[in-house]
Amino acid sequence: MHLIMFFVFAGFCLAGAINLLLQSHPINSALSLIVVMTSLAVLYLLLGAEFLAAAQVIVYAGAIMVLFTFVVMLLNADREERTMRSRAASMVGFPAVVVILAVIATVILQTRGLGVARLSEGITSTTELSAVLFTKLLLPFEVTSVLILIAILGAVALAGHDGDKSEGRKGEQ
Amino acid sequence: MSSFLSQEVPLSWYLILSAILFSLGVVGFLVKRNLITIFMSIELMLNGVNLSFVTFAHQWHAVKGQIFVFFVMMVAAAEAAVGLAIIIAVFRARGTLAVDRIDRMKL
Repeated sequence: MHLIMFFVFAGFCLAGAINLLLQSHPINSALSLIVVMTSLAVLYLLLGAEFLAAAQVIVYAGAIMVLFTFVVMLLNADREERTMRSRAASMVGFPAVVVILAVIATVILQTRGLGVARLSEGITSTTELSAVLFTKLLLPFEVTSVLILIAILGAVALAGHDGDKSEGRKGEQ
Repeated sequence: MSSFLSQEVPLSWYLILSAILFSLGVVGFLVKRNLITIFMSIELMLNGVNLSFVTFAHQWHAVKGQIFVFFVMMVAAAEAAVGLAIIIAVFRARGTLAVDRIDRMKL
C-alpha cells in the first residue's frame, strides 16, 4: 500500500513539476504547482507528519497559491516571450543542473544506514509537535510572528504606494 | 493482504524525489522568462527541501525536523507576500513581467 501510494503521488509530483516548466502561460504553471504541493502533503502523511500535511494543504496549496493565482489574474499576465538570452541561460544551465542532480543522487544512493518507511510506523502527533514547539522553541515561534507582521506591513507599503493619491482624489470629489 | 500492507519504501527514494524536485526548480528558475513563474520555481525548490527535512525527521524520529519545516512554511508565506507585492510594484513601473525587458535597476 505504501509503495503504491508513494509511486502514485511521487508521479503526480514529478508530472506537476515538469508541467510547470513546459506550460507557457503562468496560470497553468500555478495550477501545476498546486498539484505538486497537494501530492507532497500526501507524501508527508506517508512519512508520519500529520500536522505538516495539513499545514501544507492550508498554507501552501491554499494561501500562497491563491495569492499567486490572484496576482496572475490581477496583472493579466500573458504568454512568456523568448529571446536569445534565455537560450544562452538554458544552454549553460541544463548541464550544470544535471551535474548537481547527479552529485546529490550519488551521495544519497551511497549513504548507508538510511531506513525504510512503512505504513505501520507511528505518526508524529500534533500534541508531540506542539509540546516541543511551545516549550523549547517558543522564542523562534514568537519571532516568526513578528516577521509575518513585518511582511504584511511591507507588502502593503510596496503594493499600495499609490494609495495616497487615490485617497486624495476621493477627497477632492 | 498483510504482505501487501507491509511493503516498505526506502527513505533514499524520498530523498531522490526531493533532489529531483529541487533540480526542476533550478531549471525553471533558469529557463522561465516570466517573473511570476520564476517565483513559482523558487517555491518548488523550497518544497523539495522541505520533503528532505521531513524524510530525515522520519529517519531519526526527530520532531525538530518537522518544526523546521513549519518555520520554512511561515517564512515562505512571508516571502510570497513581499515578493508578489514587489512584482506588482515592478509591473506598475514597467508595464511588463518579462525579465528580459526588466534590465535596468533605475526606475
